[in-house]
Amino acid sequence: MSVLVDDDTRVVVQGITGGEGEFHAGQMIEYGTNVVAGAVPGRGGEEVHGVPVYDTVSRAAEAENADASVVLVPPAFAADALFEALDSPVDLVVAITEGIPAQDMARVYKRLGETDTHLIGPNCPGVITPGEAKLGILPGNIFSSGNVGLISRSGTLTYQVVDNLTDRGLGQTTAIGIGGDPIIGTGFVDALSLFEEDPATDAIVMCGEIGGTDEEEAATYIDANMDTPVAGFIAGRTAPPGKRMGHAGAIVSGSGAGTAEGKIEALSEAGVPVGDTPEEVADNVEELL
Amino acid sequence: MRLHEYQAKEVFAEAGLPTPDAELAASTDEVLAAAESIGYPVAVKAQVHVGGRGKAGGIKLAESDDEAREAADSILGMDLKDYTVDRVLVEAAVDFVDELYVGVTMDRGEGKPVAMVSSQGGVNIEEVAAESPEAIAREHVDPAFGMHPYQARRAVYDAGVEDDVASDVAGVLSTLYDLWEDSDAEDTEVNPVMVTSDREVVCADAVMNIDDDALFRHPDLAAMEEAAAEDDLEAKANEYGFDYVRLEGNVGIIGNGAGLVMTTLDLVDYYGGSPANFLDIGGGAKAERVANALDMVFADENVDSVVFNIFGGITRGDEVAQGINDAIAQFDELPKPIVVRLAGTNAKEGMEILNTDALDVEETLEGAVQRAVEHAGAASVNRGAGQ
Repeated sequence: MSVLVDDDTRVVVQGITGGEGEFHAGQMIEYGTNVVAGAVPGRGGEEVHGVPVYDTVSRAAEAENADASVVLVPPAFAADALFEALDSPVDLVVAITEGIPAQDMARVYKRLGETDTHLIGPNCPGVITPGEAKLGILPGNIFSSGNVGLISRSGTLTYQVVDNLTDRGLGQTTAIGIGGDPIIGTGFVDALSLFEEDPATDAIVMCGEIGGTDEEEAATYIDANMDTPVAGFIAGRTAPPGKRMGHAGAIVSGSGAGTAEGKIEALSEAGVPVGDTPEEVADNVEELL
Repeated sequence: MRLHEYQAKEVFAEAGLPTPDAELAASTDEVLAAAESIGYPVAVKAQVHVGGRGKAGGIKLAESDDEAREAADSILGMDLKDYTVDRVLVEAAVDFVDELYVGVTMDRGEGKPVAMVSSQGGVNIEEVAAESPEAIAREHVDPAFGMHPYQARRAVYDAGVEDDVASDVAGVLSTLYDLWEDSDAEDTEVNPVMVTSDREVVCADAVMNIDDDALFRHPDLAAMEEAAAEDDLEAKANEYGFDYVRLEGNVGIIGNGAGLVMTTLDLVDYYGGSPANFLDIGGGAKAERVANALDMVFADENVDSVVFNIFGGITRGDEVAQGINDAIAQFDELPKPIVVRLAGTNAKEGMEILNTDALDVEETLEGAVQRAVEHAGAASVNRGAGQ
């Protein structure tokens, strides 16, 4: 069992003829993902890695019976690609693109609320169910199959924590990179609820970072609604207020909201052990299982 | 990108907002000439990106040449929270009876813009926000429609703005929203909006931050960027296209991915060291970019050791190793010790070519950080002994 994706997931890659799109479509196929179509305006009828390309997402999804889309489209065109995916039959959209203007995302987010589609990202490494499917750019070889669910706002931090888990034989059901932008489709609370429903997930790791209040809301949710134990990590303890550290989301506002301290305190109060180092996160997961 | 006050005022004035007469000045003579042409009294205002500059002495009122000279001499060249003031805005002083706050920003939790008005504007707005949040009227806006005129009116009336200026203040808010949307701003804000004894409304300050990710479609605003950069190292980072933040410590940090780099900073602190910077080389970096990153961190004279932590996904370990080798080839002896940790994609290939005679190599993140902290500690002890 797993959440969001498995070996039945049928994937359209939006932007499959671009450099990134072509490379990562190849990597996804090599991992065993069912990439069934590409969608690029004006390129219908071509093939990439033996996969047929269609002019629109709807045509691709209808012709190939696809139920998920991976968006590898440059930032200037990404919002349009997301609107297109939301208006198509796919019910999962994974947006990898980094650097989508925030106001574009606000409009996409508004539209998302009018649909039943799951949007993961943007500015995320994607979703992987080890041994079954990966939708995105995660390096497949560091993951292993098991009973730990993982949710993270940061790509490379995900890899670091997964590496520590895999090293100790702690495999994963599914890992979800939810993305580092201020406005994302699926937040911690949504992702936690997916894992809570998954009988194969016995423990969850959530890697948060400074900025926003998603981790605080997750703490409240865990306390009130969850039986599956959660281990936490928060990046950005040493970040000075008012400075943007790479992720558009990773900025501590002057008012004191969104600090590492506040997040760690909220999680601890909800019974979530927060590790000081990635190693300690793996220690905590071992204890929770 | 954060615009300077004078830049934001130009944008606001062009959009029709009422702003006081003002001129930019970089010397005492220019301040006097500007004051002469505007007419006393004037406000002399430091042009740096620092909050609370008024409280820190960065804004002074002058009613005569003598006072203007005094203000110019004390503000030009002063250090405001690590920034040296090299320009001031000389502006007609407004004789006000009320100060209001008007602003638009993105409420990330809601995923929507929010317009805000308070009748308690001025230097204490942050305390007002913290202590009596009900004193700030908030109006969430559907980004697909934009702000309806009634929403601007409702915010202004809810904030308790007096009736005779309510329409003008609602006009300021509507214009700020349009500017926010048209410019892809993160924030547009006027604090304070001053109300004069003649019941005129004047925008006495101007804040405008532009979403860096949207600058590609605003070449006119992007052109203001060079004038807005302040720290030499930050200007260099802009040139290289790095996400870089300079900090106070002596352990230089280079890595890939914001979350992992932040974690590396946190671990430096956890193991008793002090981070000198945040530097994210981003995904898929090639050898040249890696060499540029080392160049940046070496350019910071506070740095005593460097930790290079890469977990490759789309970034390849062998590319990174090549970049490090290239960068250190120019030195007979490394000016500062470098600890390298490579993991993930092609890490093994990278480790094989890495110049391990000159570099320290560690297998784990924790090990690499601890080693770099030890080096930095030893360097500062040696310096202490030499003094």
